Amino acid sequence: MWKLLTTAALGTVLMAGTVAAQSCAEGKTLTEGKLTIATGNPAYYPWAIDDTPENGQGFEPAVAYALALEMGFAREDVVWTRTSFDQAIQPGTKDFDVNMQQFSITPARDKIVDFSEPYYTAPMAVLVRGGDGIEPNLAALKALKWGVVATTTALPVVMQTIAPTSSPLVYDDTANVAEAMKAGQIDAALFDLPTALYLSAVVLEGGQVLGQFAADESDNPDHFGMIMTEGNPLKECVDAALGRLKKDGSLAGIEAEWLQEATGVPLIQ
Amino acid sequence: MNRRQAYEAAERRRSLTIAGISTVVVILAIMFLVPLAPGWPQVKASFFDGAVFADTFPTLLKAFMIDVMIFAWSVPIILVLGLAIALARGAQAPALFPLRIFGAVYVDVFRGVPVVLTIYLIGFGVPGLGLPRPWNSPYIWGTVALVLTYSAYVAEVLRSGIESIHASQRNAAICLGLNERDTMRYVILPQAIRRVVPANMNMLVALQKDVALLSFIGPVEILRQAGIYKSLLANFTPYVVAAVIFLLVTVPATRYADYLLNRDRNARS
Repeated sequence: MWKLLTTAALGTVLMAGTVAAQSCAEGKTLTEGKLTIATGNPAYYPWAIDDTPENGQGFEPAVAYALALEMGFAREDVVWTRTSFDQAIQPGTKDFDVNMQQFSITPARDKIVDFSEPYYTAPMAVLVRGGDGIEPNLAALKALKWGVVATTTALPVVMQTIAPTSSPLVYDDTANVAEAMKAGQIDAALFDLPTALYLSAVVLEGGQVLGQFAADESDNPDHFGMIMTEGNPLKECVDAALGRLKKDGSLAGIEAEWLQEATGVPLIQ
Repeated sequence: MNRRQAYEAAERRRSLTIAGISTVVVILAIMFLVPLAPGWPQVKASFFDGAVFADTFPTLLKAFMIDVMIFAWSVPIILVLGLAIALARGAQAPALFPLRIFGAVYVDVFRGVPVVLTIYLIGFGVPGLGLPRPWNSPYIWGTVALVLTYSAYVAEVLRSGIESIHASQRNAAICLGLNERDTMRYVILPQAIRRVVPANMNMLVALQKDVALLSFIGPVEILRQAGIYKSLLANFTPYVVAAVIFLLVTVPATRYADYLLNRDRNARS
């Protein structure tokens, strides 16, 4: 009798859990009942704290766990994995459900992979080192030697909005850009604002954020979206959950907590 | 035509026919079997997009000129430095022992460290010492890294050439009354250098490819330009374009090296 009851109770609990977890995402994830989320290697501050997304610290892990919960996955059902930019866009089966590492949504990329609705819109900011004599206007910016990260959309913005007199240098990641700036090989670099603030505060001695381009003024407002395989049926669940997070204000709360308070510098309005 | 010649001609025809048929069969098999793979449409869209190919080709070809330029100014320095190191390693006089040690250490270090690492360390490290512009240019220090690495290889090739010259040549030169320096200059080196020309041609082909590694420290040459297109378009076709452009240059160069090797072998046998 006891055995029967326990089994029944256990069954009910499991069923309840299953039903909740799978209302939308059922049968659409890589592993049944799990949500596999990819991030970069390494995952940079302030997007993830200490390169450990598993602890939910940092903007993107926080969004990831909120999203998973909204989609009906418990915290322990979230599985983290790491990919490079290239692994995210290469053809073939992928080993993640969603990939979240500051991917800017562009129409060309959208043809190859599916993007979720944007979860963050980053203004572009100019990072310089020892920039006391530099005026934050376009004429002064044109004369500088620029450096950007290849996989971001900063290069087209530099080329179109700033159109510098000497062609920009291009690097693999933010660490290399910072290194080139320390070596005096470049004067200025264009990043999304949180990354620029982090580099100026932590990585680059004497670094400062010279100014930012308002997202609505720029031709290319930088919307970050999560990448999924082209035609992934999970997209509608992700978008619906993101929509709910936006509507109830939790996304804005996460942004305020991790991108404004953590970086220690308020966003310039 | 005697019976022997007729037989050999028939044999040649037979082997040509078999080679031709097997080649056609392999090509047809590839052409028919690969598209049967389930992921082929995606791979085709990502790697062999005709429109992307046509759009990116002119810019990539222009970016390749930077590779050619760096190659062109690296080669003479590499040859001169390689020869100097080879001579240093071969120095006989006891007083020149430090020179021999230096040569050995130099070759060990720069042959042992991967080119990319040398490029990173020299390309960011040396300008980081506080060199003013334009002396901190990634072009200069990237070239230095390539020269250091490749002169170590070339030195070893030249040394093997010098050691392959029979001792009787040296003895004969001494009998003629030449001093050590003139023996090296007029007797040993002319023969040694001619002997290692094919091997050094191979080094030059490798160098032409490795110039692309300078993209890691900023220059936007063909590999980086292809990477930029890849990021913008989320499509790998630009890499295929870059590979094709490299082949246009390296295949004739390798064929020429093979031709030199064969000629050298035939001349000796």
